[in-house]
Amino acid sequence: MSHKLEAKKVNVFYDQTHVIKQVDIAIQNNTVAAFIGPSGCGKSTFLRLYNRMNDLIEGFRKEGEILIDGKDIYSKDLRVEDLRKKVGMVFQKPNPFPKSIYENVIYGLRIRGVSNKNLLDETVERCLKQSALWEEVKDNLKKSALALSGGQQQRLCIARAIATEPSVLLMDEPASALDPISTSKIEELIHELKKQFTIIIVTHNMQQAARVSDTTAFFYLGELVEYDATKKIFTNPSDVRTQDYITGRFG
Amino acid sequence: MTHLEAELKSLKSEVIEMCNLVNSQLEKSKDALLRLDKDLAREVLVNEKRVNAFELKLDRDCENIIALYNPVAVDLRFVLACLKINSNLERIGDIAEGIAQFVLNIKIEPEKTLLEATRLIEMYDTAIDIMHVVSQAFDSENTQLARSVFKKDEVLDEINTNANQAVADFIKGNPERINQSLYLLSAIRKLERVGDQCKNISEEIIFYIEAKVLKHKSREQKQA
Repeated sequence: MSHKLEAKKVNVFYDQTHVIKQVDIAIQNNTVAAFIGPSGCGKSTFLRLYNRMNDLIEGFRKEGEILIDGKDIYSKDLRVEDLRKKVGMVFQKPNPFPKSIYENVIYGLRIRGVSNKNLLDETVERCLKQSALWEEVKDNLKKSALALSGGQQQRLCIARAIATEPSVLLMDEPASALDPISTSKIEELIHELKKQFTIIIVTHNMQQAARVSDTTAFFYLGELVEYDATKKIFTNPSDVRTQDYITGRFG
Repeated sequence: MTHLEAELKSLKSEVIEMCNLVNSQLEKSKDALLRLDKDLAREVLVNEKRVNAFELKLDRDCENIIALYNPVAVDLRFVLACLKINSNLERIGDIAEGIAQFVLNIKIEPEKTLLEATRLIEMYDTAIDIMHVVSQAFDSENTQLARSVFKKDEVLDEINTNANQAVADFIKGNPERINQSLYLLSAIRKLERVGDQCKNISEEIIFYIEAKVLKHKSREQKQA
């Protein structure tokens, strides 16, 4: 299996603060990688490197390379807009636009100038089916997205993220604001989506990381302490800091 | 201390308590057999109900910890090990009960020459010593001590292997004591299994502390 995502000797600074320290990590195609670690350990910062979401933060500076499909996504000849077509993102809180369900899904296509009605209709149906929302909303596509439940809104955001046909999905605590049933649906969805996408999920829920991911990376104080198969991390981690964290004995 | 840590600590104390209870059953079955003390044998039979009840309680506690606290890594291995250790201890309890049952069935004290020939007392002492060792290894999380059980178990195996001939020779000279001889041979078989159960317990101790699976490995591999 090839490495879809690679980070080589990555350091990140916010002004003088060294927040990511010399991280090397390679994530294989069509797998789910979970990033875990205590608050402030740098996992979300590291996640946002993959779609250059940190670029606008004042004082942000990066060293090292972030490669997607072997290409450095920070190279000058790559446009951020093009990168973000390849890398979708889902956030902690569902953030649908105050538009209809239909318009939410095709938002990315609209701003790219796609106006073919058949293509847009097909995309809406495909993405809502992929995000396991189609059956619940197919008769109400013109309804406001804000009228959906939290779990439905989050699945809509996933549909919106995959509508531009990215190959990488970044998820920053995608189920932390949801009830157990919606969480379970999102987790099932992640399982299905990995057939098509390479997924990174940041989560504080250890059991969720164990359930959905193939590999797990434990970050602490900006360092990647351990990165291994999820089964290994949750049964016999190599580093005592990982063991202390996942067993709740940290600090 | 987190809730989970408190639960695990309490589980550990209970397993040690179960260990002590079962070992006391084994010691009592020994005294009952050697002295033909039928009252003591009955006490073992009554206490066996406590062992069974304790086994169920420990199983329930392990189930609750897994369901309520989702232990992982060393904590999960510890709970899984406790489940299996519990089951092994209960079987040792059954062995003590089985021997106590013999005591109620036989009419005369075991012949001294037969005891010497079969090395039954040595076997009993070794089995009880092994039980102490596993209890200590579990309590102190000492895998070196747990590994020492594999060597000690060989003594039980050796006595068991030689017992057939010793009993056969004894029966030839004392055909009227055939029943008693067969009962003793059966007790020897049971004590050999105490060693096997203790070996299993040692493997579980090593599994939870070192995350190494020693089942179905040779003795050399187990010592490594």
